Amino acid sequence: MSRCFWLLVTVAAAFFITASSARIAAQQGARQQPAPGLAEGLQFLPVRGNIYVLQGAGANITVSIGRDGVLMVDSGLASMGDQVLAAIRRLQAQLDLREKPVGFGAETRSTVADRHIESPAKPIRYIINTHVHPDHVGANELLRRSGATFTGGNVAGNIADASEGAAILAHEAVLQRMTSGAEGATPAPADAQPTDTYYTDTMKLSHFFNGEGVQLIHQPSAHTDGDTLVWFRGSDVIAAGDLYSTTTYPIVDTKLGGSINGVVNGLNRILRLSIAEFRTEGGTLVVPGHGRLSDSADVAYYRDMVTIIRDRVQTMVAKGMTLEQVKAAKPTLDYDPRYGATSGPWTTDQFVEAAYVSLGGGKAAAPRASQGRSK
Amino acid sequence: MSQMTRRLAFVVFASVVSVSPVLAQVDFSGEWAPRMWEDQPERVPGPDLGDYLGIPINDAARLRAEAWDASIQTLPEWQCRPHSADYIWRGPSQLRISKEVDPVSRDVVAFHAEWLRSVDRAIYLDGRPHPPADALHTWAGFSTAKWDGDILTVTVTHLKEGYLRRKGLPRSDQAILTEHWIRNGDYLTIVSIVNDPVYLTEPFIRTTDYELNLNQQIPPYPCGVVQEIDRKEGDVPHYLPGTNPYTKEFAIRHGLPVEATRGGAATMYPDFKEKLKTLPPAKQDGK
Repeated sequence: MSRCFWLLVTVAAAFFITASSARIAAQQGARQQPAPGLAEGLQFLPVRGNIYVLQGAGANITVSIGRDGVLMVDSGLASMGDQVLAAIRRLQAQLDLREKPVGFGAETRSTVADRHIESPAKPIRYIINTHVHPDHVGANELLRRSGATFTGGNVAGNIADASEGAAILAHEAVLQRMTSGAEGATPAPADAQPTDTYYTDTMKLSHFFNGEGVQLIHQPSAHTDGDTLVWFRGSDVIAAGDLYSTTTYPIVDTKLGGSINGVVNGLNRILRLSIAEFRTEGGTLVVPGHGRLSDSADVAYYRDMVTIIRDRVQTMVAKGMTLEQVKAAKPTLDYDPRYGATSGPWTTDQFVEAAYVSLGGGKAAAPRASQGRSK
Repeated sequence: MSQMTRRLAFVVFASVVSVSPVLAQVDFSGEWAPRMWEDQPERVPGPDLGDYLGIPINDAARLRAEAWDASIQTLPEWQCRPHSADYIWRGPSQLRISKEVDPVSRDVVAFHAEWLRSVDRAIYLDGRPHPPADALHTWAGFSTAKWDGDILTVTVTHLKEGYLRRKGLPRSDQAILTEHWIRNGDYLTIVSIVNDPVYLTEPFIRTTDYELNLNQQIPPYPCGVVQEIDRKEGDVPHYLPGTNPYTKEFAIRHGLPVEATRGGAATMYPDFKEKLKTLPPAKQDGK
């Protein structure tokens, strides 16, 4: 064959290989890459506005990052504290590069500041604990010591002494659990304990933080007896703690005062606070204690599931069935492929047992909270 | 150049052209009217309760469907819910597809699909990656696409929980949807393949047809949430296991064995016809 023919073949082959390679490269590029500069397994997801969620350090950590500093909802595992702090510092640095000076913080009111020189990242001001479990409070001590809270008022001596460390906010039951050393455990170190607690239905930060109000809402006897929902009212984001998880059945810690009815009530409370943006999705965003970012429709599905299973177990309890009989009846069968587990920290059997116990199984039935309607 | 060389050169050139995605693109934009040539009873009146024939569901899906009470649609959280990306093709609504063109390269970088009561569904062709697994899931999911010749193959992740059929047969938020968009002149065929590790034992495959309709409009569809029924907060309508009185209706009406209507992968295959002959038709309880 002629030289011209082989030239054509060569050109065609090269074109084909290039096109194929480009497609393969594009497909490979589409795969998820680990976030640069973050410790293995950590990732930030943007939620809305100043709000991010840091995943991979135990529980989800919701973070407000802005000109006033950092507010964290939960601190993650103790073993991950250094990595969490590094991740927050890195995100602050990235955000500082692209944020324009704004006027709502006292330190940034001047308009003559040199805009080409970035100020140091503000410290962690607040840590809010949604409850007492170690994957949520474990790094309290390290992160509190790295931060500095706002202070003022009647301070004797050096005012800087009073602002040492970030403030840790929680429901008072969390403080009681951390100081009591229950079941022979050593009480948590002083710097890991909440510095500010509340015992009422809600608590509000006394001023805007990063441009919005932040409200703590107590949900009694739900995941534990010290649960707090954190509502970022400007961003319209709710950090739900372990009242809501997208990875497992709800963890009902009956030994720490939790109950399945409390969980159901808590989920309904989230729905009461939420407003969907369009066609029941978007709008208020909900960060679960574990799992993926959600909105009110996701919470509604989860609420439906917990309510339906609660109703089934409650019916069985009312019939006087034993725990073993209830387990054998498989009241969770239709949701097991999604939320069930036969091993790990929270199995389906543990969930059924917790529901059974908290509904008065084996003894006189406990009074119900809001009830589902079953036929 | 000899004649043979010229012929070979043409073949080679044609081969090169066939691997070039740009030249293989098909324009799907336009107004499309649904054609109910397949599964009309499901698409307009809606599927019968208890009819899972030919759907490869597992026991968990079956139990969830039997716990489903239509009254759940009256809950405020569900009144304005649209069909998800995998089911909405089956709705009776007209369809509008528009295209998004990069003004510089003039590549089609996205298609957008919308139905009567839907959210905007974007299908990206610009090579962007899917979001991290823990990003928000939506009714439309997150769709990317690539050309397989004249066929657009779409991959959809990040779906919210939805349904395989709109009377309680669930599809989980772990499902991944693959679609093949095929245009033949004025006809559009969508091949939809749902892989759901939670509620399906095999892929669930459907095809749905549309026809180009130049005079069509999609009106707005506002939706307001109202209190339809007085009920306590947290009241979730459902049937306790074994108490749903409607699960055999479909089988009785059509004289089918109940086992056949329960669905499952076996009911998809021709071999099941032999088994059908050995099963008694459904009867009313007590008869």
